[in-house]
Amino acid sequence: MTELSRIWRETEYRYNLIGFKCNNCGESYFPPRDICPHCHRESIGKMEKVKFSGNGEILSYTTVHDAPPAFKRQVPYLLALVKLDEGPVITAQIVDCDPDDVNIGKKVHMAFRKIREDGTNGVIEYGYKFKLD
Amino acid sequence: MLNVNFYICISAKPFMSGIVSYGSYIPYYRIKPEEIARIWGDEPERMKKNLFILSKSVPSPDEDVASISVEAARNALKRMDVNPEEIGAIYVGSESHPYAVKPTATIVAAAIGMPLEYFAADYEFACKAGTAGMQNVKAMVDSNFIKYGFAIGSDTSQGAPGDALEYTASAGGTAMLIGKNNTIAEINDTLSVSTDTPDFWRREGEPYPKHGERFTGEPGYFKHVIAASKAMMERMDTKSSDYDYVVFHQPNGKFPSRAAKILGFTEDQYKTGLLTPYIGNTYSGSMMTGLSAVLDESKPEDRILAVSFGSGAGSDAFDITVTGEMKDYKRDNAPTVKKLIEKVKFIDYGMYTKFRKIIVTGDSVE
Ligand SMILES: [Zn+2]
Repeated sequence: MTELSRIWRETEYRYNLIGFKCNNCGESYFPPRDICPHCHRESIGKMEKVKFSGNGEILSYTTVHDAPPAFKRQVPYLLALVKLDEGPVITAQIVDCDPDDVNIGKKVHMAFRKIREDGTNGVIEYGYKFKLD
Repeated sequence: MLNVNFYICISAKPFMSGIVSYGSYIPYYRIKPEEIARIWGDEPERMKKNLFILSKSVPSPDEDVASISVEAARNALKRMDVNPEEIGAIYVGSESHPYAVKPTATIVAAAIGMPLEYFAADYEFACKAGTAGMQNVKAMVDSNFIKYGFAIGSDTSQGAPGDALEYTASAGGTAMLIGKNNTIAEINDTLSVSTDTPDFWRREGEPYPKHGERFTGEPGYFKHVIAASKAMMERMDTKSSDYDYVVFHQPNGKFPSRAAKILGFTEDQYKTGLLTPYIGNTYSGSMMTGLSAVLDESKPEDRILAVSFGSGAGSDAFDITVTGEMKDYKRDNAPTVKKLIEKVKFIDYGMYTKFRKIIVTGDSVE
């Protein structure tokens, strides 16, 4: 699959934090999955598309100093494991804050940002990052 | 007024459409005029005084007109529970759209969950592209083409390094959701004035705008803002004292207060909507964000005159009355303009050049 078709395919859930909920066990997943890893065949036909609230809390975080060229302008930046209120844990950047204000357990909410640009003439990928409440 | 080709577009008679919800977004970073003056050898006190500017907003490297517009539109939707499937149009006005070809409007529509069938386009008319969108959406609502529509004005404009514009060109945006149901503010009427004036322009492919120095003030800004304001007051049979608030396009802190005085408005009427001293000139977001700050504080029955200006040149005037719905409106579900101005981080000129991509980099930076 090309990069462009990946971006296009992921647009819906990256823009709006859309995942799946297994209506067999109640677990929610992000990114979306076709089958629940706990319930396997039991979950077939019971996976429901859900839009997460975008609220969550920081489980852990790290400051990135060594980044690829696409992210160099933002260095140093904070990368965190965010546990969404609905359960799934996702990796995302924490933006617009003083690094001293970031702590484990801090409440965060989703922000819409540029994720990556393919040079100056390529496509721009947008998606979720997080901000402190 | 001057004896030139001067077109006043007559809008339809007042209907019951107006602002159903609104939301703004201003980036977190700021730079002070002292810091810009330090680099270019200007006298900081003179620049601050001449432009009446204390700081301007700077977008972070991962922000652009699309991300700012999405945040503004989402803030509007936090305050009013409108089903995105009922939003039939979206117009984004800007002079710094991320793509030359590929609409910002569809990115925003996708990010707020609008379905397949909606009207969309990006608008450009210097700093009044967002308010032109408001007029268009209002007309579509009034003619029952759509139930609700979004008009967004947003920019991440740049002034050429060393140019006076660098002190004010900033980033921010505001989204107005327009409809007929549950309006918090009726748009009683709107009109536009337009002329062909070379006051400010940017050619295709050029990174920075140019301005016809002697055209920016009198034949540009003041002529159009004042003509549109007067035409609106004539049409509505109002005088300056009939309005509780007035808000103008604000390329700097000076022009709007001068226009206000010429038209007989007092500081009490214009100070709430005057944001440029704190955030700079957000171009297409400028008047609309000023209006957002006014709506943040207004109460039922308040009357507002709002007039934008776009170089090239023209002005859009809006006569607005806040309705009783404002009492139940969930204003605090999204940050007010005051809140957006509160928590900021000041950066130096070096950081500013990195953020705004105005330093030449090698392979280690994309
Ligand atoms: Zn399951």
